[in-house]
Amino acid sequence: MANTVNIKIDGIDVSVEAGKTVLDAAKKLNIHIPTLCYHEDLCVAGNCRVCVVEQEGVNNLVASCAIPAQKGMVIHTNSHKVRNARRHVVELLLSEHNADCTKCYKNTKCELQDLASEMVINEHMFMDLVPDKNYTTDKQSPSIIKDDSKCIRCQRCVRTCHDLQHVSALGVAYKGDHMKISTFFEHPMYEVVCTNCGQCVNRCPTGALIEKNYLDEVWDAIYDEDKHVIVQTAPATRIALGEDLGMESGSIVTGKMAASLRRLGFDSVLDTDFSADLTIMEEGTELLTRLKKALVDKDTSVKLPMFTSCSPGWVKFLEHTYPDYLDNLSTCKSPQQMFGALAKTYYAEKKGLDPDKIVCVSIMPCTAKKFEANRPEMRDSGYQDVDMGLTTRELAVMIKQAGIDFQELPDEKFDSLMGESSGAAVIFGATGGVMEAALRTAYEIVTGREVPFKNLNITAVRGMEGVREANIKLENVLPAWSFLEGVELKTAVAHGLTNAHQIMEAIHKGEANYHFVEVMGCPGGCIGGGGQPIPTTPEIRRKRAEAIYREDEGMAVRKSHENPEVQQIYREFLGEPLSDKSHWLLHTHYVKRKRV
Amino acid sequence: MPEIKELVTGLADKHGRTRESLLPILQGIITEERFISDDALTEVARELDISAALVYGTATFYSFLDTKPRGKFVIRICRTITCDMKGKKQIINTLEDLLKIRVGETTKDKNFTLLETNCLGWCHKGPAMLINDDVFTELTEDKITEIIRDYMRNI
Repeated sequence: MANTVNIKIDGIDVSVEAGKTVLDAAKKLNIHIPTLCYHEDLCVAGNCRVCVVEQEGVNNLVASCAIPAQKGMVIHTNSHKVRNARRHVVELLLSEHNADCTKCYKNTKCELQDLASEMVINEHMFMDLVPDKNYTTDKQSPSIIKDDSKCIRCQRCVRTCHDLQHVSALGVAYKGDHMKISTFFEHPMYEVVCTNCGQCVNRCPTGALIEKNYLDEVWDAIYDEDKHVIVQTAPATRIALGEDLGMESGSIVTGKMAASLRRLGFDSVLDTDFSADLTIMEEGTELLTRLKKALVDKDTSVKLPMFTSCSPGWVKFLEHTYPDYLDNLSTCKSPQQMFGALAKTYYAEKKGLDPDKIVCVSIMPCTAKKFEANRPEMRDSGYQDVDMGLTTRELAVMIKQAGIDFQELPDEKFDSLMGESSGAAVIFGATGGVMEAALRTAYEIVTGREVPFKNLNITAVRGMEGVREANIKLENVLPAWSFLEGVELKTAVAHGLTNAHQIMEAIHKGEANYHFVEVMGCPGGCIGGGGQPIPTTPEIRRKRAEAIYREDEGMAVRKSHENPEVQQIYREFLGEPLSDKSHWLLHTHYVKRKRV
Repeated sequence: MPEIKELVTGLADKHGRTRESLLPILQGIITEERFISDDALTEVARELDISAALVYGTATFYSFLDTKPRGKFVIRICRTITCDMKGKKQIINTLEDLLKIRVGETTKDKNFTLLETNCLGWCHKGPAMLINDDVFTELTEDKITEIIRDYMRNI
């Protein structure tokens, strides 16, 4: 075979595809080579040198993550020279690293700590340089904490922010021993283009980039007898939480999660999926209204395509990067914020609770949701609609703190009134899911028939392709929607902000002509969110997405408009989609932000 | 701000708007302004459609692309070993006395900034220094006093 290369690693022959690295080849043999700057999702950096190996006939050690396998190479991964070099690399990193591990949020979840432990580093070989470094910690963002004293300058975050997210809020500044990971002019993350997506947090090997946790605040609320603590859980949490509690990727733990929340002491265990269904009702109606204004009323002030607004990372990206397109964003709040506004109005009213005593906690696969909850616009209930946003990871910590044996928990259901959901809401968690859910409902509203796809599965918008397009022709429509007869609804889906950037450029240059565009800020959508269990790889995200679609297929109700609690809230409280009450509680506006 | 905007646009027109134009543009700003302000960096990022953090990273990598305010004349004394052995310390003392500032500072009238720099390549004629782009070598206390007085007269 012309396209394979044969090499020998630790005395074992192996053939790999041409272009694969020595690290890939070693993986094929199940030989573990330690890495730090290497990450499957990112381009090769080769800067940490911890993956060095010895190549026969070559004087210097080579970085296995960066060097392609070449014909006849003889590699040693565990020679005396290699072990010494790796140990020195780790020791040097530790000499500049604040290794106060017991005080670190990433304690026991740190790749540098794992390496130090593996190498049994007892005495430090080099002088401790930390006291002279004047490291700073930026704690101003409501989402992300950046602690330079933990940073090993592997630049995974820089590559993530640039390659995957096209944001580049983080860059490399200065040089030599002054080199650091920095924002523009070392401004706090809160004041720069950072979208709070947390993808850097997902990929940071140490505790240099972590989410701001609200564990104490939530425990305090739970222990406060006077407070009624409501918890809502996002679609993508139920297929990922298990990973942090000893289960396989792709385990569906919806029932166990509800049970664990009750055992933690939350007073009402409810579901963001309910408000995801509500989002579809509002957003679907908004799209149809925009189409009517544009096509029938010839209203040129109506902006198309309409963009989804569920992903707070994407929303902030647009606010910084494409502020001229803010009117294209759906005015719908995200499901988290719709839920919060209703918890302190509708739910309080129905359950006879004083909204002043309600604490609304959300469990999200997301770090940007923490920022979103703190946006000043998000106080339509008269209170901060969502008080604390926790990540999936933080919930796992709480479950461990409470001594709950998660895997042995029985499956329980969510409480009623805002706990019922449809399969359409569940798939919000995967890229393309909002589009699919919206199409299931909008198509039926317009034509009176179900979407013409087997089992309601609109496979064209599924998958992990960065940008996907789907066109649906509307035929034999109901009389009320006659203006849409024969119209081909053009939709597109993008995930990860680099792909969002690509779609925005196409729209901006007039090369793309869509009606409706779904964008999720994170790779894979919320399943790959910045608040999800670490690590994240393409394989893990694929398993999580499969689990989401499995969960959807297993639901009795698969369409948002058929969710009985959604029908009830329109009957008893909101009236109809886009009503005055809906506008007051469920819709919002956006702000132009600086691009630095 | 309008002047900076004009300057950056002019430099981008001259050098282009691709990534490889970044360094000549930043150098152009230094020539005009002696340092690159955050407004200037933001403007470059906007003009080239690249991230401000990346522009900042490039500027901070190079010692001669200052991001802190500098005087009209930036004096850089070579701090490397040959110049040090040839008496760079006395030169610095003399300069500090003459200008009434310490290394790293700028005079109140914003005319002079005093800095140290790595090797200038004039080891055979040390101690050496730069004032903006002009080189002065084989410095003595008398020589330096004369040079600075000259600059002061011509401000």
